[in-house]
Amino acid sequence: MYYSRLKLASVLGVCLLGLLLCLPNGLRNPFPSMPWRQIHLGLDLRGGSYLLMQVDLKSLTHDRLQTLADSTRETLLKSQLGYRNITTNADASTVTFMPRDASETEADLAALNKLPRVVPNEFSVKKQDNGSIVLTLSPEALKARAREAVTQSIEIVRRRIDATGAVDPEITRQGDDRIVVELPGVSDPERIKALLGTTAKMTFRLVDPNPMHATAAPPGVSLLPMSTEGEGPPLPVYDHVDVDGTDLTNAGAVIDSQSGEWAVTFTFDSVGTHAFSTVTQANVGRRFAIVLDNKVIEAPVIRSPITGGSGQITGGFDAQKATDLALMLRAGALPAPLSVMEQRTIGPSLGADSIRAGMLSLAAGFVFVILFMALFYGRFGWYANVALLANLVLMVAILSLFEATLTLPGMAGMLLTLGMAVDANILINERIREEVARGRTPLAAMQAGFERATSTIVDSNATALLAHVMLFVFGTGPVRGFALTITIGIVTTLFTTLLLSRLLMVRWYALTRPTSLPV
Amino acid sequence: MFGRPLLRFVRKDTHINFMRGRYAGLIVSAALSLLSIVLFMHPGLTLGLDFRGGIVVEAKTSGPADFAKLRNALAAHNVTHASIQAFGAPDDVLIRLDAGDEQQTNAIVDTVRHAVAEAQPGTTVLRADAVGASVSSELFRNGMLALGLSLAMILGYIWFRFEWEFALSAVITLVLDLTKTMGFLVITGFEFDLVMVAAILTILGYSTNDKVVVYDRVRENLRKYRTMPLRELIDLSINETLNRTLGTSSTVFLASLPLALFGGTTLSGFAWTMLFGIVVGTSSSIFIAAPLLLFMGEGRLKRDAKPPAPRKSA
Repeated sequence: MYYSRLKLASVLGVCLLGLLLCLPNGLRNPFPSMPWRQIHLGLDLRGGSYLLMQVDLKSLTHDRLQTLADSTRETLLKSQLGYRNITTNADASTVTFMPRDASETEADLAALNKLPRVVPNEFSVKKQDNGSIVLTLSPEALKARAREAVTQSIEIVRRRIDATGAVDPEITRQGDDRIVVELPGVSDPERIKALLGTTAKMTFRLVDPNPMHATAAPPGVSLLPMSTEGEGPPLPVYDHVDVDGTDLTNAGAVIDSQSGEWAVTFTFDSVGTHAFSTVTQANVGRRFAIVLDNKVIEAPVIRSPITGGSGQITGGFDAQKATDLALMLRAGALPAPLSVMEQRTIGPSLGADSIRAGMLSLAAGFVFVILFMALFYGRFGWYANVALLANLVLMVAILSLFEATLTLPGMAGMLLTLGMAVDANILINERIREEVARGRTPLAAMQAGFERATSTIVDSNATALLAHVMLFVFGTGPVRGFALTITIGIVTTLFTTLLLSRLLMVRWYALTRPTSLPV
Repeated sequence: MFGRPLLRFVRKDTHINFMRGRYAGLIVSAALSLLSIVLFMHPGLTLGLDFRGGIVVEAKTSGPADFAKLRNALAAHNVTHASIQAFGAPDDVLIRLDAGDEQQTNAIVDTVRHAVAEAQPGTTVLRADAVGASVSSELFRNGMLALGLSLAMILGYIWFRFEWEFALSAVITLVLDLTKTMGFLVITGFEFDLVMVAAILTILGYSTNDKVVVYDRVRENLRKYRTMPLRELIDLSINETLNRTLGTSSTVFLASLPLALFGGTTLSGFAWTMLFGIVVGTSSSIFIAAPLLLFMGEGRLKRDAKPPAPRKSA
């Protein structure tokens, strides 16, 4: 029953601190010098788009298998070993080939085991029963690669989205191979989806001049389609990359002064400039293909060596396409294509309606509960109401401190917390009432009420806590917001009912020394 | 209003013989739950977008919605299986499509937006959601996992704090509550989605809370009245906690009511389900959980083995 001054001061202090932390949500930056934090509105209240993107693991595996097959060829040639039928299988993540002669198998295995591995045990090299040799990528290595790809992708996605001028985009990783992109205020995510769905891997490669290869490509040459349909048949392009798009320093969309068409200009860094001038010097008169995501944008003939380190692509672009391509070249290529798994878009008017509905419900529910407590529990009911108000303040304070996202279900969670919070006061009051009925003195009745009710309060809140922690762990999106607010609400409820409302009751008793309790 | 309370639910000397209705309570509950299970099998829950996958586009057309025009515009974009419904005001339309694979689903949602805009220029899209089939099955699995694990953890907690008779009768009651809620969802046609899973978990949490309070009193009385027959003792405990039970369910009910009335389409289903769950959860504490405890605990519950829990002074 006794509250030390320290305890008294700290309970009141926490409440005041809570009030202070709530302020930034109402006022716009009350004290600019302080690092204020405030609650963010979720997309369902603010309007905007939510995109769940997945990194295409198959394409990652495919790319790695391709390079593994290339290095297998190189290694075997270097060791003067022969091979036949080198094939890759993306489903099984294997590279398989047949040794030239069974006697070379051991030498093949020895040479291939020396291949550099990006991570330890990235792949295994084994001889199969039919005499072929198979290199298998380990699932762990693929997973590690996916994780790395997601990390890279997030960076590039951020750059690309920032370049579109979207405000406050949130880009987060989810699980091993997914990225969540949240775009407040974007009510038509189509352009961003298109931007993120393109890897934008640009390479410069020579075209194979042999007319025989235009229909059947030999190893080391690929038939690549033109990017715009009707531009002509697929071109035989060497797999060897002469200049890589990653060596660009800048790119921009311009209108070509001669043709009046949209074009993308680009500037190389020193590595790119050097490579570009070497290739163009050695291959004047040949066709040089600009390849974007395995499609040929254009393949002009090199008329003279280009040593300045800059160039221009014209591929029948319109303004939007040229701008977007320039943007993607600046931001860099994605390690693998991203595909949209889930998309949710909420228009701004619906969001505003939801805020209104949520606020109205919150206010009405609050008033209902306060009236109920006043009517059914009188003075002690009002103490519970003070605690309820403090509870709301503390919830908002903690949510602000975490810079949590408030969603519509989150508001529902707050409301339910308010309904449940008075349970503890009801338990205490009912208990005091019983003790008074048993003939105890006011002091003894209050003491017994607090003591007996406490274990019940803790038990009942613990079970509710368990259910909502589960929901937070397994839920997604707005539902997590609901679980979070309820979880925070349970903690603040324990504080306000077990400490604050009890303090009010005890102070009242100490000041008035009543002969009977208002129960 | 500021001094003594003006109202209370039951007088302090109330003694209602609840256990007399124990068979009636159990039979009614079992029948309702059985009916709910039948409804759950057929026609079954209306799955929401989260769990079914597909697309939903909600739009406000300029002027009253012209369904023929919308249908033609969609058909012109090769979208033929869409269901187009009115909801709310005459200028509100809801277009749904079932899920295909991820890529397709997420491409079609843009097609539908364009088609709607073409059919009735000036239309604003309020909401456009697309969930691919694999994501929806994942969300469903996670939702069920959350439900199952919560039940298991509640069982574990009550087991840890009380004796197994309490835990088991609580969880059986919760399962009965759960089936009735499912039945309610089937009858009302509210969509079963993640938000609804949240509602159900909240109901479970609330319902458990209610049972814990009654059980807590039963345990206390078991120590206090060592010779009282269990039936009388449970009755006494329910009566002693009746004001609290009705009080708390009222406040939670009052807090949820505005949501049901003003919460808008997203939350009204959630809130109505909550309201239903509060009524079911409160009555099941008295009419199901208590009789079950009586049947399981008769002659078995310990009366004196444990000393009272250590108490800290306030």
